[in-house]
Amino acid sequence: MRLCEQIARKKFIITAELFPPKGTDVTNLMSRADIIGPLVDGINVTDNQRASMRLGSIAVCRLLKEKGYEPILQMTCRDRNRIALQSDLLSAFVLGIENILILSGDHPAVGEYKDTKGVYDLDPVQLLTAARTLESGVDLAGKKLNGSPKFCLGAVVNPTAKPQELQLMMMQKKIKAGARFFQTQTVFDASEFRLFHDKVKGFNVKVFPGVTLIKSVQFMDFLSNLPGVSIPEPVKERIKKSGDPLKEGIQICAETIRELKTFADGVHIMAIGSEQLIPEILDKI
Amino acid sequence: MIITVTKPLPEILDALKDYKRVFVAGCAACATKCQTGSEEAVELIISELKKSGITVTGSAVLDTPCDVRVAKKDLSHSQEVKSSEAILVLACGAGVGAIEKSVDKPLVPGLNPVFVGTTERIGHYNEYCLVCGDCIAGKTGGICPVSRCAKGLVNGPCGGVIDGKCETDTGKDCVWVLILDKLKKTGREKDIIDNYFPPRRTAKPRQVSAEARKHR
Repeated sequence: MRLCEQIARKKFIITAELFPPKGTDVTNLMSRADIIGPLVDGINVTDNQRASMRLGSIAVCRLLKEKGYEPILQMTCRDRNRIALQSDLLSAFVLGIENILILSGDHPAVGEYKDTKGVYDLDPVQLLTAARTLESGVDLAGKKLNGSPKFCLGAVVNPTAKPQELQLMMMQKKIKAGARFFQTQTVFDASEFRLFHDKVKGFNVKVFPGVTLIKSVQFMDFLSNLPGVSIPEPVKERIKKSGDPLKEGIQICAETIRELKTFADGVHIMAIGSEQLIPEILDKI
Repeated sequence: MIITVTKPLPEILDALKDYKRVFVAGCAACATKCQTGSEEAVELIISELKKSGITVTGSAVLDTPCDVRVAKKDLSHSQEVKSSEAILVLACGAGVGAIEKSVDKPLVPGLNPVFVGTTERIGHYNEYCLVCGDCIAGKTGGICPVSRCAKGLVNGPCGGVIDGKCETDTGKDCVWVLILDKLKKTGREKDIIDNYFPPRRTAKPRQVSAEARKHR
């Protein structure tokens, strides 16, 4: 079923995320999709994640669609100007991709192409507005469209970013611009997220907190260095002290989701290359 | 002012490798303040050129090399310039552009212009303006997000801010945190939600005349 219909009727939405490969071999990606596709309500496809060059997210979304899965196209403002962004929104729609998650995108300075020009011709609020404008039958230049798209628009928020006040403001601004659902940066502490959840309950949008699988001590260090990620000390301790960090990571993930299930609108699982473990995580909830 | 940094010496020497006789032009305005095109900077590069076997025909620190009238007056009739094979310019690109209009010799820029800078103290400059042609700082507490947000986001911050610092540099304040604090001082923080900035006009005039100024 389409994501926006699910959002309207289901109590707890589960989404996960896949990274397009660097290269053209999609065998591994598609086998992961086959594992998680039947278990989740939507699969995010990242857009040149962490400012690295990858296979395009529109192409991968279409491949997922052909297998009967529900793709969520991540679209960053980093690599395209307003002409290309609008054009890609139309392209996505004609390929049957209607779920769009809009985000600014990790800065090139934290990626593989430090010398490239970050475009940011539109910011996320403007890109949401652009998508809504296309839905109304015109483009940003005010030109009439011959056939207009219909999207299920989402945006991102970081509940752990300080000051939180600004994140709450941005959420309201993105809602005003057309965001119907939010996926969040990684949350490791469900009770801390509950405080955030209570603050945004009145905004009348669905918020799916991000949960990340920590696979090893080394991976935890890598995660800590990603933009906007903060891992609480007790979680770090559990992973470090465990004889089997992967097992502990799965356990932490399951515990977090179990607690989120008691109050949140859903969860967005980021297994970062270990999507085959998502069934195990979901079994433990 | 225009902030410049000196190009690496090997790059300058490589650019001059085909020339035996070189004239050096400095800048008494911005590049002197930056100490990149000052009398001292000109002397320093002259000694390096000499070490590399280049004959320096002469030098001049122009008052404002970015002014075509000044560049023409100082350089176009100079015998020292005429006897040179190339001119090494220690000025920003505006200076290079004006000198290009004044002489027919090959030019070698010795500086990299980096930004329009605000001086904190001597030798310490910050980029607080991108010269974008469409100033919105009046609505953001006088703090420009176009230049000071790494992504140039005008409608508010991204989620990459950790403890008030930017995802690109943990030593750098997120400009939106500064804007929030500034707007709070006048009770206008809700402006961040209420002011929607439409896509920016990136087209700007590339030439300004007295006539155009009158109408702007």
